Amino acid sequence: MSVLVYTEHAEGKFKKSSFEVVSYGAAIAQQLGTNLVALSIGNVSSDELNKLAQYGASKILSVSEDAYKSFVNQAYGAVIAQAAQKEGANVVVLSASFSGKGLAPRVAVKLNAAYVDGAVSLPDTTNGFMVRKGAFSGKAFADVSISSENKVIALMPNAYKVVENSQNPNVEAFTPVAGSNDFATMIKEIVRASDKVSLPDAELVVSAGRGMKGPENWGMIEELAQLLGAATACSKPVSDAHWRPHSEHVGQTGIAVSPNLYIAIGISGAIQHLAGVSSSKVIVVINKDPEAPFFKAADYGIVGDAFEVVPQLISAIKEFKAVNA
Amino acid sequence: MKILVCISNVPDTTTKINFTDDHKSFVSNGVTFIINPYDEIALTRALEISEANAGSTVTVIHVGDASAEPTIRKALAIGATDAVRINANARDAFFVASQIANYAKEQGFDLILTGRESIDYNGAQVASMIGELLNIPSISIVKSLTLDGTTVTLEREIEGGKEVISCPLPLVASASEGMAEPRIAGMRGIMSARTKTLAVIEPSDVPALQTITNYDKPAPRSQVKLVNVDDVKGLVTLLNQEAKVI
Ligand SMILES: Cc1cc2nc3c(=O)[nH]c(=O)nc-3n(C[C@H](O)[C@H](O)[C@H](O)COP(=O)(O)OP(=O)(O)OC[C@H]3O[C@@H](n4cnc5c(N)ncnc54)[C@H](O)[C@@H]3O)c2cc1C
Ligand SMILES: Nc1ncnc2c1ncn2[C@@H]1O[C@H](COP(=O)(O)O)[C@@H](O)[C@H]1O
Repeated sequence: MSVLVYTEHAEGKFKKSSFEVVSYGAAIAQQLGTNLVALSIGNVSSDELNKLAQYGASKILSVSEDAYKSFVNQAYGAVIAQAAQKEGANVVVLSASFSGKGLAPRVAVKLNAAYVDGAVSLPDTTNGFMVRKGAFSGKAFADVSISSENKVIALMPNAYKVVENSQNPNVEAFTPVAGSNDFATMIKEIVRASDKVSLPDAELVVSAGRGMKGPENWGMIEELAQLLGAATACSKPVSDAHWRPHSEHVGQTGIAVSPNLYIAIGISGAIQHLAGVSSSKVIVVINKDPEAPFFKAADYGIVGDAFEVVPQLISAIKEFKAVNA
Repeated sequence: MKILVCISNVPDTTTKINFTDDHKSFVSNGVTFIINPYDEIALTRALEISEANAGSTVTVIHVGDASAEPTIRKALAIGATDAVRINANARDAFFVASQIANYAKEQGFDLILTGRESIDYNGAQVASMIGELLNIPSISIVKSLTLDGTTVTLEREIEGGKEVISCPLPLVASASEGMAEPRIAGMRGIMSARTKTLAVIEPSDVPALQTITNYDKPAPRSQVKLVNVDDVKGLVTLLNQEAKVI
């Protein structure tokens, strides 16, 4: 028995969500009295692989064959399942990242495992095996009880804190066996806006809505976000009107986020918007209408015109940074 | 092109979610059900592809009981060719995916589309599971899908960017915002939907691996702390010292 985690990387560097997954997997391994194996696929340097040991992986499997250099959903799913079988792992953990969401169900089917997507806390193993996940698009939580021997869990980004738990690095090469149809798809291009913080993993998010009047007014939103090291987001009508890209749309029909800080500017706080942001730890609302429903879901608020408040907020943060640098 | 679109029947987005006193089930009394918004996007894209390729069909499939028939009829009104309902209680995503994969195996579809996730259980599970069960590629959270002969080019969301993928048919894809602008049903569509085929098929036997044993609502937030508009600096201080988020 063991616990296996799949650790995603971007261009050879592990993401924060991968360290979250390792920390989470290590805690489950401890609960079950077993050890944690981390799996990495694609070319990752040994220095980078060794980082996984810092968070509790006592063994690190690395697949470095050329065929596996870039992400192929079907092929990677097969590798993860094979690694689980090889290690006798009956709990497999991935990040509920975009890629993880596509992979995990395939792994679960291969392993005849129950699959819990979007887990928000550690399993309760006192009486069986129960995992809490978000449901109804942030309006509720559901506890899923698993009866199968094998389990696959996709952990929500930002839901579990990275914990240092140093082990001796122990990297082992792993050579998977490719299935008949594993490499049917091919990546033609990857486009990354590298200067921006990615929204689903962001710890801080600055979001704006129709109150901004038009796309030409997003300069101050971007400036505020950049100053804070935050990702930018928007409400649905804003992306529908093509003021901002669809990838920034948060809410029930957009991306669900759970940052430490969510700043909502000129957003009314419709139920569909709140659904995707209500699990943020702290919410700040800036809106000129004191009756805006968002104030009911906020921790801090300023009733005022965004065109006056945001520039002031930018200078206040600059000042704060200058003092606290 | 034979296209299959998977439709789930979900509470309207404005629904206030409530559970029974024992926290074991969702109270659906008085709730309006709709086509899952992402499935509407998938359906629209399927119709666009079918219109551009003469002789194509778009079948919608739903796993669930008869209460979903108005939603299925709505998909027919939007323009699907015909519909299938697998008459079963959709216990979990694996059950749903297995039923759909079995049907697809018999019928042979070129393209299977789902929504990126259902807005009730948010699983994002069904598409990949169908792909695995049929041993065909699955691409999740797709914001653009174009067909050129038998090759499909897809753009999938990744953290901080996108990936452009080329893939042969057959294939499963889950639709996200951007793939199409959902269509609404016109009067003619609504009239013709009444006479379109809605076949009802009994499910195959699939074991359940999991059950939801408890639901909770998030704890309500405490009252908002309002900062005066003349004291924006005060907000920064609160965020730093009280909330400790900056
Ligand atoms: C099926 C469905 C799904 C949906 N899914 C989503 C979703 O996922 N995400 C989402 O966001 N929405 C979603 N919506 C839309 C949602 O219902 C709201 O229409 C939307 O969230 C409103 O966006 P908004 O707050 O930006 O705009 P508005 O409702 O127009 O609000 C603008 C706000 O800005 C304030 N304002 C105006 N000027 C200023 C100023 N100068 N300074 C400060 N404040 C100002 C106003 O007081 C107002 O509160 C969905 C709707 C449906 C029907
Ligand atoms: N009961 C169902 N019947 C048919 N399709 C479904 C059903 N449930 C989910 N789906 C499809 O699978 C997608 C993802 O659902 P889920 O995995 O539950 O998040 C949905 O957008 C639908 O396209």
